[in-house]
Amino acid sequence: MNRFAALLDALLFTPSRNGKLRLMGEYFAAAPDPERGWALAALTGELAFDEAKPSQVRALAAARVDPELLGWSYDFVGDLAETVSLIWPEAPGGKGHVPTLSEIVEKLKVASRNEVPGLLEPWLDALDATGRWALLKLVTRELRIGVSARLAKTALAEWGGVELGRIEEVWHGLAPPYQPLFDWLEGRRPAPEVGDLPTFTPLMLAQPLEDAEIAGLDARDYLAEWKWDGIRVQLVARGTEKRLYSRSGDDIGAAFPDICAAMPPDVTLDGELLVMRGGEVAAFNDLQQRLNRKTPNPKVLRDFPAAVRLYDILRDGPEDLRGLSFAERRRRLEAWYAREPRPALDLSPLVPFTSWDELKELRDGARDRGIEGLMLKRADSLYVSGRPKGPWFKWKRGALTLDTVLMYAQRGHGKRSSFYSDYTFGAWRGDELVPVGKAYSGFTDEELRRLDQWVRNNTVRRWGPVREVGPQIVLEVAFDSVHRSTRHRSGVAMRFPRIHRIRWDKPYRDADTLEALERLLT
Amino acid sequence: MSPFLSRPETWITTTPAGLYCEPGGFHIDPLVPVPRAIVTHGHGDHARPGNERVLATPGTIAIMRSRFGELTAGSLQPLDYGQPVAIDGVEVRLIPAGHVLGSAQIVIDYRGARVVVSGDYKRRPDPTCAPFEPCNCDLFVTEATFGLPVFRHPPDRLEIDKLLHSLSLFPERCHVVGVYALGKCQRVLALLRRSGYEEPVYLHGALVGMTELYERFGVPLGPVLPWSEAPRDNLKGKIVLAPPAATTDRWSRRLPDPLVAMASGWMRVRQRAKARGVELPLVISDHADWDELTATIGEVAAEEVWVTHGREEALVHHATKKGYRARALALTGFDEDE
Repeated sequence: MNRFAALLDALLFTPSRNGKLRLMGEYFAAAPDPERGWALAALTGELAFDEAKPSQVRALAAARVDPELLGWSYDFVGDLAETVSLIWPEAPGGKGHVPTLSEIVEKLKVASRNEVPGLLEPWLDALDATGRWALLKLVTRELRIGVSARLAKTALAEWGGVELGRIEEVWHGLAPPYQPLFDWLEGRRPAPEVGDLPTFTPLMLAQPLEDAEIAGLDARDYLAEWKWDGIRVQLVARGTEKRLYSRSGDDIGAAFPDICAAMPPDVTLDGELLVMRGGEVAAFNDLQQRLNRKTPNPKVLRDFPAAVRLYDILRDGPEDLRGLSFAERRRRLEAWYAREPRPALDLSPLVPFTSWDELKELRDGARDRGIEGLMLKRADSLYVSGRPKGPWFKWKRGALTLDTVLMYAQRGHGKRSSFYSDYTFGAWRGDELVPVGKAYSGFTDEELRRLDQWVRNNTVRRWGPVREVGPQIVLEVAFDSVHRSTRHRSGVAMRFPRIHRIRWDKPYRDADTLEALERLLT
Repeated sequence: MSPFLSRPETWITTTPAGLYCEPGGFHIDPLVPVPRAIVTHGHGDHARPGNERVLATPGTIAIMRSRFGELTAGSLQPLDYGQPVAIDGVEVRLIPAGHVLGSAQIVIDYRGARVVVSGDYKRRPDPTCAPFEPCNCDLFVTEATFGLPVFRHPPDRLEIDKLLHSLSLFPERCHVVGVYALGKCQRVLALLRRSGYEEPVYLHGALVGMTELYERFGVPLGPVLPWSEAPRDNLKGKIVLAPPAATTDRWSRRLPDPLVAMASGWMRVRQRAKARGVELPLVISDHADWDELTATIGEVAAEEVWVTHGREEALVHHATKKGYRARALALTGFDEDE
C-alpha cells in the first residue's frame, strides 16, 4: 500500500503530463501483481466499494478524536479523507500489519456495510499519514489527482510498448486486476482475446482544415457530411449486450436509456449524440442537460429527447467492416439502416457538391442550429483508429468573434504558474462592463509575456489570486457559438472561447456590447 | 493560589498596541510604537521599528538593526538569556524559545506571580538556535499557529531526505525551495549540511543578509553563493533558496526548469500546498505542532493559559477540557506565514 500511496501523492503534486506518465510507468514496472492491477483500476476509476461510505470514515474518526477538534480541523482542511488521515492518532508502540493494496481491495469488495469500519480501523492504525490518505481517497472514491482514465492507459501503453489503441481495444473485455493485460504487455502471453464482448473500438478522428489548405485537395476524392454540434459516440451491440461509448471509451449508456433501447442487435455504429425535437437539432445546452445526469428521470427524458445521427458502420453482424473504404461502408450503413430503421437513430446525410467553392458556400450558408461546419472524408479511406493525417478533415465554419475588454486575470498552472495567463473579459451593457467569458489560449509566448507585464502594472484590486485590472485592453475573442446560460451574470455563455487577437490599438470604449453578443445566440 | 500573591490578570492586560505589563510600563511585541517594548524575536510581525526603548536578546537586536537600521528604536538594550533585569519592581528574564536565532520567551515575576510570554516557539532541536526552555509559571501565554490536531510535523530529516531524493531523480532541474528569510532559510541550510549535502547552496538576494548575520553569530551554514553569480546552466540539479513568493513568480523564470519546493508547516495540508503551486512540499516548521503545543501547556504547569494568535479556539478548547483556565486574546497583527 505504501508504494501505491506514494504514487498517488507524487501524481497529485506533479503538474506536467509527462511527469505523471513517467511516475505511472515506473510504478507499473516496479509493483508486483496483482497490486499494480488494482492500482490501475483505481486510476481508471473502475474501483468502487459500494458498501464503504464517507459517513463511516467520519464516525471512525469521531470515535478516536474529540469531535469538536475534528469539526474545526475539517473546516480548515476542507477534505474529509485528508482531515482524517492527518488527525488519526498514531498508535503508540507496535503499528500492526501494514496491508497491501490487494488485501485492502479484496477484503473491501466482499465486506458488508457493517463490516467495513472493522476493516478500516486496523488499517488506519497501521498506515502512515500518506497511506491513510490514499486508503481514504480510495474508499471515498475521489482520487482527484489530475489523472484521467485515458492518461493512466496511455502510461500503461508507453510502459508496455504498445499503441494506446491496442489497450483500448482489449480494455472493455477485461476486469480488474487485469492479469491477462499485464501478462501480454510483459510478453508472457498473447494479447487477450476480446471475443464477442461489446468492446469499444478506438475512434478514427479528423484533422482540422484551414480554408487556405483546401486548394491542395482534390474535390473528387472526398465525400462531405455536416459536422454536428453534439458529442461523438459509438454504439456497440452484441446480442442483448448494448453499450454507448463516449469518444474516450467511457460507457455512458446509463445516462441514455432511450438510445440503448433503440439500439439494434449485433452492430457497431459511429455517430453524433444530439438532443432532437421533431427532426430538429436542439442547442448544445440541451444536450448538456442530459450529459450532466448520470441517470435521467422521466421528465428529463421527455424534455430532452436524445438521438444519434449515424455516419459510419464498423461492424455488421459478425463482419468487421473497418477494412472497407468509406464509400463502401457508407453503402453498407445505408443498406443496414433501410433494413433496421429505429426511432432515435437517423442517418447523417451526405452533402453533394462538385467543387470546393460550391461546398464552401454551402458551409457558410448553413446557419442551422447544430451545424458547426463540414466533415470531409476520403471516399477510399479505411477506418483507422487515431488521428491519421489526410483521410478525414473537419472544416469548420469561421469562428464568431467579439471585441471585449480585459477585466480580471489569474495565474496559470504548471509552467505558467508565474504568468497571469487566464483572462476574464467583458462586454458593455450601457456604461457597465459585464463579464462574458474566460479564455487562456490563443496568444503567443511573447504576447503572454506582454499581457502578464501589463496586468501586473495595471492591477486596481486583488481578490485572492485574482487581479482586477482597469479597463484598457481590448481582446478580440473567437468562439464557436453562444448560448443562453443561467449560470453567468451576463445570461449568455460562449463555446470554446479563445483569444484571437490583442487589440492594443483599439480604445476600450469601442469594444462590443452585450447586445451584439446576444444577436449571435443560436 | 495564596491570597498574598498577585493575580496576573490584574497587572498584565491586552491593549490595542498588544500585551501590556502595567507595573513595568512595557508592551510585548507592540503593534505600534510605544515608549517601552520587549521584543520576543525578529520576525516582522513581532519586531517593529520606531519604539523609544527596546529590550531584547543580542540576536534579536542585531536582526532588528539589520532590518530597520537607524529607525530601529531610540535605545536598544541587549539582555542575554537567563540574566534578570528589574523594571520598576518587575523582574524580567529572557529564556530561549527555540523559534529562530535570538528568539526568547519573556519570564515576568511580580509580587510572587509569574507570567511567561512564549512568543513563537518550537520544541524540536534546531541547529541554528538555542532550544526552548520550559519554565513553570502561573500564566502561560502561547501561540497557536498550528493549533489543530491535523498539524503534526514529521521529523526534519525525512523532509530533507525528500529534497535530496528529488535532486537525484531530477538532476536536470533546479530545485528552488521557498523559505522565510529569517530562520527557515538558515535552518534548511543547517539541516542539509547535517544530512551530508556539501555542495554550494544558492541564495536569492533577499536571503543573503540574514544568512551572513547567522554566520556572524557563529552558526556554520556551509558554502552559500548568490544565485545571480552562477551561470544559468550551473543551477541545474542545484538547490536555490528563495522567499516563498519569488518561487512561483517572475524571478523563477530565470532558473533552469525549476522544481518548486516549499519548507513550511502548512505543507502538511496537501490542497494548501497544491494551491500554492508547490511540486515538492517539505513539512519543516519553526512553530510548535499540535503535540508540542499541548505538551508544553502541560509541562509549564500554569493554571491559566492565554492564546495569542493562530487557531485559538481549538487550543483553548483542549486546555479547558484538561482543566486549565484558558482564553483566546484575539490579538491582531500576527501573520499566518512562518
